[in-house]
Amino acid sequence: MSVLAVLEQQGGKWHRMSFETLGAAQQLAAAMGADLEIAVAGAGVGPLAQDAAAKKATKVWAVEHGLLKDYTADGYTAALEALIRKTSPALVLLPHTYQTRDFAPMLATRFERALISDVIGARVDSGEPVFVRQFFQGKLNGDVRPAGPGPHFASIQAGAWRADSAEPGTAPVETFAPPLDAAQIRQKPEPPFRESARAVDLSAAERIVSVGRGIRDKENIPVVEDLARALGAELAASRPICDAGWLPMERQVGSSGQTVSPKMYMAIGISGAIQHLVGMKGAKTIVAINKDKDAPIFEVADYGIVGDLFEVVPALVQEIRKIK
Amino acid sequence: MKILVAIKQVPVRDSQLRPSGQWISEADLTFEINEPDAYALEEALQLKEKHGGEVVALCAGPARAQQTIREALAKGADRAIHIEEENLAALDTLGVARLLAAAAKAEAPDLILTGLQSDDMGYGQTGVVMAGLLRLPHSTIIMQAEIQGSALRVKRELEDGWFQHIEMTLPAALTIQSGINKLRYATLMGIKRARTKEIRRLTAAELGGASPATVVIERVYAPQKAKQAQIFEGDPTQAAAQLVEKLRFEARVL
Repeated sequence: MSVLAVLEQQGGKWHRMSFETLGAAQQLAAAMGADLEIAVAGAGVGPLAQDAAAKKATKVWAVEHGLLKDYTADGYTAALEALIRKTSPALVLLPHTYQTRDFAPMLATRFERALISDVIGARVDSGEPVFVRQFFQGKLNGDVRPAGPGPHFASIQAGAWRADSAEPGTAPVETFAPPLDAAQIRQKPEPPFRESARAVDLSAAERIVSVGRGIRDKENIPVVEDLARALGAELAASRPICDAGWLPMERQVGSSGQTVSPKMYMAIGISGAIQHLVGMKGAKTIVAINKDKDAPIFEVADYGIVGDLFEVVPALVQEIRKIK
Repeated sequence: MKILVAIKQVPVRDSQLRPSGQWISEADLTFEINEPDAYALEEALQLKEKHGGEVVALCAGPARAQQTIREALAKGADRAIHIEEENLAALDTLGVARLLAAAAKAEAPDLILTGLQSDDMGYGQTGVVMAGLLRLPHSTIIMQAEIQGSALRVKRELEDGWFQHIEMTLPAALTIQSGINKLRYATLMGIKRARTKEIRRLTAAELGGASPATVVIERVYAPQKAKQAQIFEGDPTQAAAQLVEKLRFEARVL
């Protein structure tokens, strides 16, 4: 029996979440009494496979093919399908990255399985894994168990395991050349690009006031602008505010925006979906103001006010002005 | 061009959720369209306005989902298919996607759109699994879609502010990111018209039946807090004063 950890690379560099997933896979494999194999796919992944071979594992698969040079959903699905058919793992773990979200559901479908995505924890119960994942944008957790024979598939949320929890060791590397044909790859990718140079670098800000859906309307943005001014803070926002065009995209904090770690992060009317939390949970002091006492943001906050932001924020501005 | 949009009905945001066994108690909850699906619907309507054709809304859910389907019709979908099942929670994402794919197959659409994930389950895979079952090329987390003849060019969102263009050939399936477009409101005329539009009802049995779940939710529960936040409630002025005091003398960030 084996567990397969599929690590992610781009252009010969590891994705930062790869070794978090490896840590999770080592832990689960040990508890299941299973071997741990590692796979890394691409073109010219030999050096990365050697790098992974310095971790505790039974084997490292270098899944090597010229057609895997640029990521495509069809190419990666076909290559990993071939490897999994060859090695028959009981469990396949992947980092829950944008790339995994693009192909892993299809990979699992090829084996008539549903992917258990975005897992935040796991335990082994009677030899079988049970995963913890969030429901309702982090408001509830749930225990999820794969049913029936493997392979089962799960993807690991950013930060759920620590990358340095991956234990060192030595593992043999084996190259696997999947049978790929250019005709089966239907997506034609172009090189990645960024929209424009970032005019606002939130990562350098010492204090950030960030606003979410609770602000309700573009006309209400001055309420939080006042607070940012009083604090000498940069103004930022959660994704829906930027989507609506109420603040520019370059002020977005979260998985699709900027990652920040200021001394103080004040989240105003932000419920705290994981996509936002990953961008700001490194802040030294987190303050949340929200009318919903059960909002997930309070789980990462150091201080919070439960109340109507339209009453609380002006009161806060007055109190801050008193001391400045 | 025929565009099929898979939409889901979910509890409204900020609902007070009460865990109940393997899922939640639905008593006292109100429901609405899953937000990313609203953007997928809007994208379908805009593509239809540009290229002509038809927009078909596809929804699997209990009888209450009809409200959300009517709203999609009021916004401009031409007709709808409702896979009416009271107990979809017993299926896994693959099981639900199988029903959706079976209904979609009979329609043979040029393009299938759906939101990138649901606000309730949040598995983020229904669109990709449908593509897999229907053997369609797909792409995910899409921020722009352009069609020229049978060529589809999309802008896919990557991490950390990066994007990528991808080309493929229709028919295809896309999962749509929130914010790709500006949502419209239903007009009075649209609401009136929606009453006469067709909603075809199908059951799981008519679509090949329910397949046994490969993933089972054992229970849901309130998460344990990682940190214990100091919370101030009550009078806003007093709460603000207490917070400022803490920020100055305890956290020392003011």
